[in-house]
Amino acid sequence: MRIRLLAFAGLRELLGASERELALPQGARVRDAWAALAQRYPALDDLRASTRLARNGRITTFDDSLANGDELALLPPVGGG
Amino acid sequence: MFRIVREPIDPRALERVVRPGDGGVATFLGIVRSRADDGRPVTGLSYEAFEPMASREFETIACEARDRFGDVAIAVVHRIGDLAVGEISVAVLAAAVHRAAALDACRYAIDELKRRATIWKKEHYADGASEWRPNLQVSP
Repeated sequence: MRIRLLAFAGLRELLGASERELALPQGARVRDAWAALAQRYPALDDLRASTRLARNGRITTFDDSLANGDELALLPPVGGG
Repeated sequence: MFRIVREPIDPRALERVVRPGDGGVATFLGIVRSRADDGRPVTGLSYEAFEPMASREFETIACEARDRFGDVAIAVVHRIGDLAVGEISVAVLAAAVHRAAALDACRYAIDELKRRATIWKKEHYADGASEWRPNLQVSP
């Protein structure tokens, strides 16, 4: 299956794009998406604890399962205001 | 009125939400300041947002403020893009029958926005460096 990744702020810069596709095996969970990314971008390992994730616009957890066509947003610590 | 905008914020525009029965209006404006928390001179800020989540969070925060403080009308507008020192980055308005609820709701809304809204800021320093700066948080 394929999901759409969105990345913001420092994570967007680390990944070199605000948006990209990621191919994952059927039945993959959020943590598998993260692991696939961390393999390509080892700097993500240190950011896992501080990063929140949103699946289709709602905050999710590493345990949540993914479906084809999902949008997964990587949200670093916020700094609005 | 819950918006993410790219153009300069006109704080008077938020007054549109004020109702005839409101007797107190509290407004908070966040302004780009010339020094970082560590004292470094700042030339400007760049904001970005996950817009659909951020504007939905503004609405959620406003609902919570009404639960806590009663019948309050709230407007939240946050600007994104590149801002210069002195420009308004965020405007929050709360209006209620009396001042206490307006002031409390305004404070609640800006505090929760800073804690939760999916918005990020990068500080640009006078020496040419720049850094993403998260708000201080108790927990993510």
